Amino acid sequence: MIKYIFFATALCIVSPALADRPILLVQSTTSTQNSGLYDYLLPIASVALDLDIRVVAVGTGQALSNAERCDGDLLITHARAREEAFVEAGFGAARYDLMYNDFVLIGPASDPAGAKTATSIAEALARIAVTNAIFVSRGDDSGTHVKELSLWDGIADVAAASGHWYRETGSGMGATLNIAIGMGGYTLTDRATWLAFENTGTHEILHEGDPALFNQYGIIPVSAAHCPTVNSEAAEALTAWLLSSGQAHIAAYQLGGAQLFFPNTE
Amino acid sequence: MADPRQVIPFSPRASGAKPAEITLDKLSLKRRGLGLLNGLSLSLPAEGVTAIVGPNGAGKSLALRVIAGLTDADSGRIALPHAMRGRIGLVFQRPILLRRSARANLIHALKLARIPRSERVARTIELLALCGLTEKSDRPARHLSGGEQQRLAIVRALAANPLLLMLDEPTAHLDPQSTHAIETLILRIAAQGAKVILVTHDIGQVDRLADDVAFLHQGKAHELTAKSQFLSRPNSPAARAYLDGKLLL
Amino acid sequence: MPTLADSFMTALGLISSADPDLLEIVGLSLRVSLTAVLIATLVGLPLGAGLAVFRFRGRGALVVLVNALMGLPPVVVGLMVYLVFSASGPLGVFGLLYTPTAMIIAQSILVAPIITALTRSTISDLLGEYDDTLRVLGANRWDVVGTLLWDARFSLATALLAGLGRALAEVGAVMLVGGNIDHVTRVMTTAIALETSRGALPMALGLGMILLALTLILNAVVIALRSRLEAYAHG
Repeated sequence: MIKYIFFATALCIVSPALADRPILLVQSTTSTQNSGLYDYLLPIASVALDLDIRVVAVGTGQALSNAERCDGDLLITHARAREEAFVEAGFGAARYDLMYNDFVLIGPASDPAGAKTATSIAEALARIAVTNAIFVSRGDDSGTHVKELSLWDGIADVAAASGHWYRETGSGMGATLNIAIGMGGYTLTDRATWLAFENTGTHEILHEGDPALFNQYGIIPVSAAHCPTVNSEAAEALTAWLLSSGQAHIAAYQLGGAQLFFPNTE
Repeated sequence: MADPRQVIPFSPRASGAKPAEITLDKLSLKRRGLGLLNGLSLSLPAEGVTAIVGPNGAGKSLALRVIAGLTDADSGRIALPHAMRGRIGLVFQRPILLRRSARANLIHALKLARIPRSERVARTIELLALCGLTEKSDRPARHLSGGEQQRLAIVRALAANPLLLMLDEPTAHLDPQSTHAIETLILRIAAQGAKVILVTHDIGQVDRLADDVAFLHQGKAHELTAKSQFLSRPNSPAARAYLDGKLLL
Repeated sequence: MPTLADSFMTALGLISSADPDLLEIVGLSLRVSLTAVLIATLVGLPLGAGLAVFRFRGRGALVVLVNALMGLPPVVVGLMVYLVFSASGPLGVFGLLYTPTAMIIAQSILVAPIITALTRSTISDLLGEYDDTLRVLGANRWDVVGTLLWDARFSLATALLAGLGRALAEVGAVMLVGGNIDHVTRVMTTAIALETSRGALPMALGLGMILLALTLILNAVVIALRSRLEAYAHG
């Protein structure tokens, strides 16, 4: 028996290496993966560019720090100020607008805070804070978390409320949605993740459309000056493709009849 | 402290006629304040079968362990004939056989005794024949009967070609038939020239196997006497009381 | 909420259609975890037996350490391995981050203390039984290690299963060092985490059932083999 296990594992170890196309490693936010965009888009790009495109989907904060350590060739994230700082610091070659969608406030259909009738996202959040209704935050330094904190600015001191009505999960968007739904709480999510999310329970979109909820995705090839090992050629190639012929493919991706991402490169 | 098992060179006595001896010199051993060996001194002839008898707790098994080097005495010395060095076998009352076949037990013992690989198979066949387990050599050793296991353990102890074989109550708890088989085996081993030291409570067995008898009581040797004399008129009062079933611990 | 029946039907559907993605993920899980257990075994068996048999200064502290390492959080091991193999880490030049090799290394580190500690405990018990006998037969300490490892082989199968269970079940380490890259480093547990984050709970639970079934089968095979062989070798 031990012999068989040995041979089996020996076979596994020497099993042939993967396709010898150049590998491009993308550090990405989760929404683009969870919404299924990559499953649709990347096979097309792989063929067009003859690349082996691999995606590590983590929060924007972790994606940026992984890329800063040179563990990635290309970034797709959604926290503009962070992205510009990343390029400013010399870690990224350049930053381009890739596409956008928007954030939405979701919560239980019963809407105890009355967020649905608010006329702005600021008012909706203020009602949640006043009624001490449970709000579930990513709390993970992701693009969504950064956006959410900027929305609370001047409305409520969420740091002080953390652990009371303001709950930080320190988790990804999906895990945070699962928790918000389990707790009957409110949370902020990008629309793409929400539309692709299956475990919605009785939760629904309670507020949307405020210009403050705009969600811009950026794309950054990692700087070869900062990371000599980076595959700049492939990163530049995919960037160029996504900013040109890829734009139409992004627009074509739909889920449940709805377009999830809107290409907006200049 | 000097190693109590240090082997002193064999020096024949002045007469030159006496064979070498196994000498225990004032062995003492205390555990938790209890004296288990209390100056045990004994000189055994280097040939033949010596039975060690005595009541429970006399220190018989412990003496075997000290001779075998498993337990160090607190003080005292042991002197063995030079040739016996490294060629000592000890068989416990309850033998521990490996979780392998009878044959594999012997092969492994030969390996541990550094017998060259090329000789192991032939030696194993000999040893299996000697203990009468040739037919059962492929059986798991621990599936053998108590008597068979004891016989296997005895021939396993022969792997290193011992010049001294010590057996601790080898037939305790065995039926008469198994006892007979083991006694026959012991006599054959003794006949091949190994010194045998046998701890036993069975006076009949002493009569059947032993050439001489050492009597131990309370961690001391009280006498070493030829068998026939020991069985008819032992020298020490303690041995007389023991044989009469009157010895108080 | 998904019902168990939903999840069960999802699992059955995946299995009956021999879903190629599922097969790939299951295959990678097995490959990574079995290789990690093999490596951990090669380290853990001799190390555990040595800890049981040899007497040396600091042995007690080492035993406590190994036992404590059994509780290493996978995510901590993952983070350490990530930092080591990161492009800017000390071993970054090998380019192993986000590969199955990095996952194997992380899981080996997780599993080795388990196999070492359980081996030590098993061999230690057996040593109490065998020590005098083996010493009388002329065994040195290395002989004792070899003899006991072989005679404890059936009990040690349990230690390997414990290690395999840990490896197949953990998600924290393989997620960090593997990156859960589709078709490259996605294994059962990271796929379950991904499906959960998509809110696809029936799929997540269905995959969980398949993982459980896989673990059950592996255990059943080993235990059946063990009892058949053991019946032959033991008294």
